[in-house]
Amino acid sequence: MTDEPRPVLDVRGLTVFHGQLRALTDVSLRVDAGEVYAMIGANGAGKSTLLRTIAGLHQPTEGTVLLDGEDVTSLTPERRLVAGIALVPEGRRLFPSLTVEENLLVGSYHSRPGPWDLERVYRLFGWMRERTHQRTAQLSGGEQQAVAIGRALVANPRVLLLDELSLGLAPVVVRQIYGLLPELLGAGMTVLLVEQDVSQAVRAASRIQCLLEGRTTLEGRPDQFTPEEIEAAYFGLSTTGPAS
Amino acid sequence: MSWINAIVQGILVGGLFALFACGLSLLFGTMKVINLAHGDLAVVAAFLAVELAPVFHIPIIWSFLFVLPLFLVLGYVGQRTLIQASLDRGPLTTLLVTFGVAIVIENLLLQAFSADSHSLDIGSLGTASIHITDQIQVAYLSIFIFVLAVVVLLGLQYFLSRTRTGHMIRAVADDPEAARLVGIDYRHIFGIAASIAFATVALAGLAFGTYSSFNPTSGASRLLFAFEAVVIGGLGSLWGTLLGGIILGVAQAIGAHIDPSLQVLAGNAVFLVVLAVRPEGITGRRVEA
Repeated sequence: MTDEPRPVLDVRGLTVFHGQLRALTDVSLRVDAGEVYAMIGANGAGKSTLLRTIAGLHQPTEGTVLLDGEDVTSLTPERRLVAGIALVPEGRRLFPSLTVEENLLVGSYHSRPGPWDLERVYRLFGWMRERTHQRTAQLSGGEQQAVAIGRALVANPRVLLLDELSLGLAPVVVRQIYGLLPELLGAGMTVLLVEQDVSQAVRAASRIQCLLEGRTTLEGRPDQFTPEEIEAAYFGLSTTGPAS
Repeated sequence: MSWINAIVQGILVGGLFALFACGLSLLFGTMKVINLAHGDLAVVAAFLAVELAPVFHIPIIWSFLFVLPLFLVLGYVGQRTLIQASLDRGPLTTLLVTFGVAIVIENLLLQAFSADSHSLDIGSLGTASIHITDQIQVAYLSIFIFVLAVVVLLGLQYFLSRTRTGHMIRAVADDPEAARLVGIDYRHIFGIAASIAFATVALAGLAFGTYSSFNPTSGASRLLFAFEAVVIGGLGSLWGTLLGGIILGVAQAIGAHIDPSLQVLAGNAVFLVVLAVRPEGITGRRVEA
């Protein structure tokens, strides 16, 4: 009877295969508007596969992806972007032969109406304005990550998927990038991120889920769990942890 | 002085080679397809001009007005059907398919037009020339084709660097999957790139037809020269392609000046030297391991 708020992103029972390998088994999650939801887990747990499936790069054998209640499971990645799902992929994947500005422009060509444009990205990352005509290969890792985020932001997504933001970046740069999250949420975006650095994820997220070998081992608000419980879920230790 | 004349003629022919090469380069650059039917498509364009200009009652020089749009459409449709289907099956398949298409085209042309040579007769423009010295005479047609090549390359350069579609073509060429993530339908972009490549090869075919005679099997040598121009100049650089075309043209002209039978051989020799000494081409950057 209670009229629950409809989640922005509702993933139900995803099972994904890479050839013979079962990468995800029956993974579900609900992300409400204005929330930061973090997926944690070790290497190979299926976190990136989950984000790539939500973005449309993999087709699930079972399960559905709903965006604002609309089933987008059969849409191609390019149609999902227009529907409102943008992925900042692992390894950043900028276009190396394009300049910083051209990377952002290409990100804006299929954008939804919304507050983000190149000007706002330049305001967010002050250094970028002076370097619009540089190739992205000349940028540092943190700067490249910023361009990758900017390229996704200018599409004005409803849901921003961030894959391994901290990979290969100095801790101080990682803190700066996570410091941006409130501004994104303030602009009405919802964030689903994947992170190997558990302490970072626990600080940033309002909900977390832990994957182990493609299955959910833990799900809830970060303050519901002790570090030991999270550790057990992360490494798949057989102890059930302290009784809750 | 006759040497200078040979070099001048070689430079001008280089424009024609570059015109042939830029479509090949564009297709390879965006979708990693080596189109072995490239030269034969050019010959098809020339035959279409020969056959259809009388039907439409227009002078041959205006035949690009229908050949060009036809090839624009043919490029898009051909990519979205045949080329994309073979791309989905792996890089080797595209080689086999375009090789097959080349053979089919040659045989259809032989069937339809016999092995006789044809040429595109554009009247007095085809023979008029500027008299610079007693030994250096430059045909208007050669200058016109060279200028056409430079204009096409400039146009491509502008298109790729300044327009929305150009940015998307470069993005897709860099990383098709990342391009999908920013909302680009890469198949459609491949189609547009193929469409442009086909249009340039049609222009090259028409220019070739006005410049020399052609027959249904002329395509293979055109393909070879286009390849050589691309490799000498350096893959992925439009101006490198022009430079490669000019070097090939000059080499052929000098070879021919020594002995007419050396023309093609001299070009091939320069090509092989570049391949051995500087495999990334004159303007190409060495690929870091």
